[in-house]
Amino acid sequence: MLILISKRIGFMILTMLVVSVVLFLLLEYSPGSVAVKVLGPYSSEEARQLWLERHGYFEPLWYRYGTWLGNFMVGDFGDSVRFRVPVSEVLWPRLWNTAILGFWTFAIMIPLSLILGVLAGMREGSRLDRIISVGSIITTSVPEFASTVLLSAIFVYGLKWLPGTSSMTSGFDVMQLILPVMVLIIYDFGYVARMTRASMAEVMTSHYIRTAILKGLPYRQVIMKHALRNALIAPFTVIMLQINWLLSGVIVVEFFFAYKGFGALLLEASLNQDLYVIEACAMVAVFVAVTSQTIADIGYTYLNPRIRFT
Amino acid sequence: MSNIVETVTPAPTTGAAFMRAIKSFALLRESIPGMIGAGLVLFWVIVAILAPLIAPFDPLAILQPMAKPGTDFAQGGTFWLGTDHLGRDILSRIIYGSQTVLFYAPLATLCAYTFGILMGLAAGYHLGWWDIILSRVSDIILSFPVLVLYIIIIATIGSSGVNIIIAITFASAPGIMRIVRGLVLDLRNRDYVAAAQTRGESAMYIMLVEILPNARGPLIVDACLRLGYVIITIGVLGFLGLGLPPPDPDWGGMINETRKMAMFFPHMTVFPVIAISSLILGFNLLADGLREVSLRD
Repeated sequence: MLILISKRIGFMILTMLVVSVVLFLLLEYSPGSVAVKVLGPYSSEEARQLWLERHGYFEPLWYRYGTWLGNFMVGDFGDSVRFRVPVSEVLWPRLWNTAILGFWTFAIMIPLSLILGVLAGMREGSRLDRIISVGSIITTSVPEFASTVLLSAIFVYGLKWLPGTSSMTSGFDVMQLILPVMVLIIYDFGYVARMTRASMAEVMTSHYIRTAILKGLPYRQVIMKHALRNALIAPFTVIMLQINWLLSGVIVVEFFFAYKGFGALLLEASLNQDLYVIEACAMVAVFVAVTSQTIADIGYTYLNPRIRFT
Repeated sequence: MSNIVETVTPAPTTGAAFMRAIKSFALLRESIPGMIGAGLVLFWVIVAILAPLIAPFDPLAILQPMAKPGTDFAQGGTFWLGTDHLGRDILSRIIYGSQTVLFYAPLATLCAYTFGILMGLAAGYHLGWWDIILSRVSDIILSFPVLVLYIIIIATIGSSGVNIIIAITFASAPGIMRIVRGLVLDLRNRDYVAAAQTRGESAMYIMLVEILPNARGPLIVDACLRLGYVIITIGVLGFLGLGLPPPDPDWGGMINETRKMAMFFPHMTVFPVIAISSLILGFNLLADGLREVSLRD
């Protein structure tokens, strides 16, 4: 188990390093344009060259990468070209906002999708199963950007129940959080529910469940004590990997609702070619994704004895 | 019957494979959701092909701004779905938009599959260094949240039709590679592969002629699902302003351009939303139906 964990963490660090090299090369291979972006299109060629020299752009590539990575490790992500402040000052509050959004999404989505998945998988082929299965295909087929528009047409313009933007300019407001969370849940729960259903359906056909039923145990007890324990192993991994999906989803939702979160920051930065912000955001995103993947792997091994002991 | 017509389009290599393909699509008739999916997809394919015939107006022509659905145009014709903020007919734009989607999405998926299949075959058949390097590279690409990857790529190389295809290929090929690799690992120990090896066939021949055709089942199901995702991706990029440059009709772009007016003119956004969702739903249901059918036999 310890070997596995250290292996996974080693791989995680390796991934982060490779990603950092790729990002660095991808975004910095054109130093000329960086100077133009910082100093504006009307700056003189001389001033640009001076700026590049002062910021170490004529040093060898590996040296620049080393400095950048070193600064990155201690939390100095460079300055945002657009906001004219250190990136970390912009990034952390934005990340916190996204964390709030993500927390509520998961807090509602996980119980909802697990319950629906288990109900559907308990009796494969029943009417309830078919309704839940088709319903979850339909909700996953409506992309987030489409459901943002549809839901705000209904709740904001039609019923006038909820605010249409979630910029939270006058402090935290729960009402502004409802629509973004709803959109994310609607898009995501279907997938988790379908995976739970598949896992549950598989467990229900296994021999020990048949034995338990034939033994004359009450159906309720068979489900709660025997089936669920094994059926919920696979969804655990799916849910952890869903964090990766959520990081994509928040970009659309935050953009639409003008929510001051991490996804909106990344999008803004890439539209404005704000290099250091893009780098920092991408690194954070990959870090979150890789960490959740690692936890999923380790957790799956821990939960599933068949893998643990082989 | 509609599902059989569709199987004619991909040219099969041999008569036997052709018959098998028809049979598996004919089996689809047993799955009602699968049939509905095939119907939806076929509907949009026909719309895209017949676009010049059925579109009532030129999709780029500026006619009469902000007309409600059903308004009659002074110079003849009716705006069945209304017009957008610039006065372009929404129905015509949706009809022509289906051409855009059904051109770029399959093309991008095809590119991704070409690379993914080659990578997967190489990794799964040769193993060793090929496998280690290709698997690690795809692990790293797959560790990016998809949309973050797309945004970074598009921010670096700019947004255009070709670049969207490149970005989608880059981001999806690793996932396809994983599936192909898994299938190849299973198939490479079969007798017919050993027979081909004894005959002295080249590795390329064995991979493409012996292994690949036998791995097609799961790949077809995955391709349908992936097409749905690619359509979402193209739509999302259009929605975020990173998609195909205007004024070409693009469903995601249409939604983005008009979403701020949704308060007063909901028809401008709702109809493109329905269009894109129904096409994605079509592919998802089709994939689900195909999987169900293929599991049955």
